[in-house]
Amino acid sequence: MADGRSRVAVEMRGVSKRYGQVQANDAIDLRLRGGEVHALLGENGAGKSTLSKILYGFVRPDAGEILLDGHPATLRSPRDARAHGIGMVFQTFMLVPALSVLENIELFLADLPAVPSHEAVARRIVEHGKRFGLSIDPSVPVRQLPVGDQQKVEILKLLLANARVLIFDEPTRVLAPHELDAFFRVIGALKAEGYAILFITHKLRDVMRCADRITVMRRGRIVGSLMARDASPEGLVAMMFGEHGAQQSTARAAGAPGAGAPVLELRRASSRATGSEVALRDLDVAVGAGEIVGVAGVSGSGQKELGDLVLGMRPLAAGTKRFCGQDASGWSIARIREEGLAFIPEEALAMAAVPGMSVRENLSLGTGSRYHLGVSLDWPRLGATMEGSFKAFEFPVPPLEAPIATLSGGNVQRAVIAREMAHDPKLVLAFYPTRGLDVRSAASVRELLRRARDRGAGVLLISEDLEELEEMADRLLVLFAGAVAGEFRRGAWRAEEVGLLMTGATEPAHA
Amino acid sequence: MPEMPALAFLRDSAAVRSAGRFLAVSAVALAVFAAVLLAAGKDPLSAYAQTFRHTLASAYGFSELLVRMTPLLLAAVAVALPSRLGLINVGGEGQLYMGAFAASAGTFLFPDAPAWLLLPIVVLMGFAGGALWAAIPGALRAAKLVNETVSTLLLNYISPLIVGYFVFGPWRAAENSAYPQSHVYPEAAMLPAFFGTRVHAGLLIALAALVVYWFVLDQTRWGLDMRAIGGNPEAAQRLGIAVPAWIVAALAIGGGFAGLAGMGEAMGIAGRLRQSLSPGYGFTGFLIAWLAGGRPLGILFMSFLFAIITSAGDTLQISQGLPYAVVNILLATILFVVLASRGGPWRPR
Repeated sequence: MADGRSRVAVEMRGVSKRYGQVQANDAIDLRLRGGEVHALLGENGAGKSTLSKILYGFVRPDAGEILLDGHPATLRSPRDARAHGIGMVFQTFMLVPALSVLENIELFLADLPAVPSHEAVARRIVEHGKRFGLSIDPSVPVRQLPVGDQQKVEILKLLLANARVLIFDEPTRVLAPHELDAFFRVIGALKAEGYAILFITHKLRDVMRCADRITVMRRGRIVGSLMARDASPEGLVAMMFGEHGAQQSTARAAGAPGAGAPVLELRRASSRATGSEVALRDLDVAVGAGEIVGVAGVSGSGQKELGDLVLGMRPLAAGTKRFCGQDASGWSIARIREEGLAFIPEEALAMAAVPGMSVRENLSLGTGSRYHLGVSLDWPRLGATMEGSFKAFEFPVPPLEAPIATLSGGNVQRAVIAREMAHDPKLVLAFYPTRGLDVRSAASVRELLRRARDRGAGVLLISEDLEELEEMADRLLVLFAGAVAGEFRRGAWRAEEVGLLMTGATEPAHA
Repeated sequence: MPEMPALAFLRDSAAVRSAGRFLAVSAVALAVFAAVLLAAGKDPLSAYAQTFRHTLASAYGFSELLVRMTPLLLAAVAVALPSRLGLINVGGEGQLYMGAFAASAGTFLFPDAPAWLLLPIVVLMGFAGGALWAAIPGALRAAKLVNETVSTLLLNYISPLIVGYFVFGPWRAAENSAYPQSHVYPEAAMLPAFFGTRVHAGLLIALAALVVYWFVLDQTRWGLDMRAIGGNPEAAQRLGIAVPAWIVAALAIGGGFAGLAGMGEAMGIAGRLRQSLSPGYGFTGFLIAWLAGGRPLGILFMSFLFAIITSAGDTLQISQGLPYAVVNILLATILFVVLASRGGPWRPR
C-alpha cells in the first residue's frame, strides 16, 4: 500500500522456537503495520508470550527471520530491540517504586547525558502526556500511583525512547473497569499517530474493542489472521480452541435450588486494618448449602480481607463467625479446612502451592490429618484419592513426581482445584478463581463451582468480573470500603445500580 | 560456556555434579592459597605434602580430623535445619556455648550421679541449653518482631559472657587461679572415647543428628510442613500449616544440635568449662551448611574438608612457621570461590 501509515514496520517470517518437547512457536509469519492495532489472541500456552519475547530480543528464535522496515535484523537482546524502536509494556511493570515518574523515565532513556536536563525531560513527559492522554505529574513517586497510572509511565517511557513499535502484554489484566476507557483512548491516539501496536490478550472483549487486525494462535501456530471488521466473537472462539469450540457457558437451569442450612455465617464481623489493608466493618454474610454467593466490588474494597477472615488468616476484632452451625470465630486455618473449607485462589502457584515441591507433595499440603500414617503420609491412598479428583473434573493427571513449578499455570491451578475439591468441601472459598485464565479454563472453573453448588456445597465467589457474577451468583453482595453496600437476590439487580454501589456513589467515598 | 554434548549426561546427575563442584572449588582454592604461601616465601607443594602426611596419611592425624569434624557437623545441622524453612541461624556459636553451659550445670547439680544417669542428663541439658537459647530468636521472629538473622547473631555475644561469669565466679576451679576455668567434671560425665584416641561419643551423636535431619526433613510429614514454609510461607499459612510454631521449633531444634556440639567439646575434649571452648565452630558450621546447600551428604563432606583445613593450620604453624590465621585466608578463598561459582547463597534445589 502506498499510504505511509500502513507501511509494514515489522515482518516476522517463519519464526520457530522449541523448548524441550514443546514447540512454542512453529513457523510464525506476522506483520505489524504503522497505525494499526494488531491483536494476538490465544489461550494460555498458545505461544503468544514466546513470540513477543522473540520480537523484544529476550529469546533467540531457532529459525526464521525478522525484518524491520524491510531490512533483516538480528535482535540479540532487549537493548537491540529498543535501539530498533521496539518497546514492550510487560504485565508486571518495570518501575522503581521509590523514584519519581521523571526519574523512572530517565532511567530508561539510553542517550541521556551524564547530567541530564530534568526540565527538558519533564517537558517532554508533559507534552507526550497531553498528546496521547497520558497526563501525569512527573514529580510524583511511582509508588503513590494507582496501577493505571503506572501503566501510563511504562508507555511514556517507550514513547520518549522513540519506540515506534509497541508490544502490550495483557495490558487490561491489571486495569480496573473504570480505567479501561481511558486506556483504549490512549491506544486510539497512538494508532492515529502511526505507531505499530501488537496487543497480546486472551480477552475477546479487548480485541473486539480496539483491534484492526486479529491473529489467532493455538499450540504454537497461527490458525488464522483476519481484519477485525470481518471477525465475530463466535468465530474467534472457534479458532482459539479448535473444532471442539469453547464450552459455551451453560446458563444454569432456572429455579435455583433453595439455599439450605447456612454453611457460613458472619454476624457483625469486623477486623482491623494493618498497613495498606482495608478494615472490615459490621459484615453480615451468610452462605447456605447449595448456594453461590457472589461478592462484587472495585479492587481494594475489602475482598481480600473478607476472604482472609473466612479462612482464619485474619482475626475477628468483633462479631462472630459460624461454620456449619459451630462457632468458628477462633478456629485456626487448619481446623476450618479440616471441617470442610476449600480455598481456590487467584494465583495458585503463589497462594496455594509450593513451587519447589513435587506435584505429589503439593497435593498433600493442607489435607490435614486425613492421610497421616505414622510419621509419614499414606502416599498411595493420597495419590488414589487425588487421581480420582482429577478424573472427576476431567483434568489430565500430571506427572506426580515433577516439581509443580514445571507445570503450566493452568495445570497448577487444576492441581490445586483437584486437591481442594477432593474431600467434598462444605464451603468453597473462591478468590478471583478465573482471573488470568483463558476463556475455556475460566468456563471450566465456573462449571466446577456450579457442580459443587449442585452437590450441596456453599460457594463464596469473590470476583471483580460483573459478567461472571451475573452468570454465577444466586445472591450478590456488593462490598465498598470494607462494608456491605448492598445485597441482591438473583435476577433482582441492575448493572447500573450495582456499579453505583461499587463505586460508593450512594455514600461518601472515603476509602 | 558452550554445552559439551559428550558431557551432558554428567550434568544430569546431581551427585556427580556436586562432587565435581566440590573438586573444582577445592582445586581453585588450593591454587589461590598456593600463591599466598609463595608470597610468604614457603614452598606450597611441600606445605601441602606435609599437611597431607599429618592429617589423612597418619592414623593419629585422621583421628584428630574426626575430633574436629564432630562439632562442625552439629553446628552445620544447626544452620541447615532452620534454613529449610527459610530461616537464617547465624547463632550457632552462642547456642554451642549455652549447650556446654547447661551440660556443665547438669554435672555440677548431680556430681555424684553414676554414668548411666549422668550421661543422658548432660546430653539432654546440652540440647536444651542450645534449644532454649535459639528459641528466643524463634519466638521473636514468629511474633514478627525481630528478624532472626539479627537476633541470633547478637545473642552470640551474650552467651560467652554468661559462661565467662560462671568460670570467673561461682564455678571457678581453685587449683589454678591464673587460668579461669571451671572445676573438672566428674569422670561419669565424660563422653566415652574410642581406640585410645580423642574421638568420642559426640561423633556418633553428630552422625545421628545428620541422619535425623535427613529423615525428618525428607521422609516425614513434619518435614513436608517445614519445607512448605521454606518454599512458600504464604501458601503454607493459607493451607493451615502452623507457621509460627514451626519457626520456633525449627530454630530450637537447630539450636539444640549446636548445644550438643558445645556439650561434646566440654564433656568429650576439654573436661571442664572454659570461655575459650570453641574456636568459632558455630560460624564455621554456618559456612559448611551454606556451602553444602543444606544437603546431608554435602554437610558430611564439607565438615570433613573443613576439619582438614583447620588441621592444616596447625601443621603450617608448626612445620612452616606460619601463623595459624593463614588458614582463614584459605577458608575465605573457598567461600569466595563457591559464592562466585553459583552466584548466591542457598539456591533452591
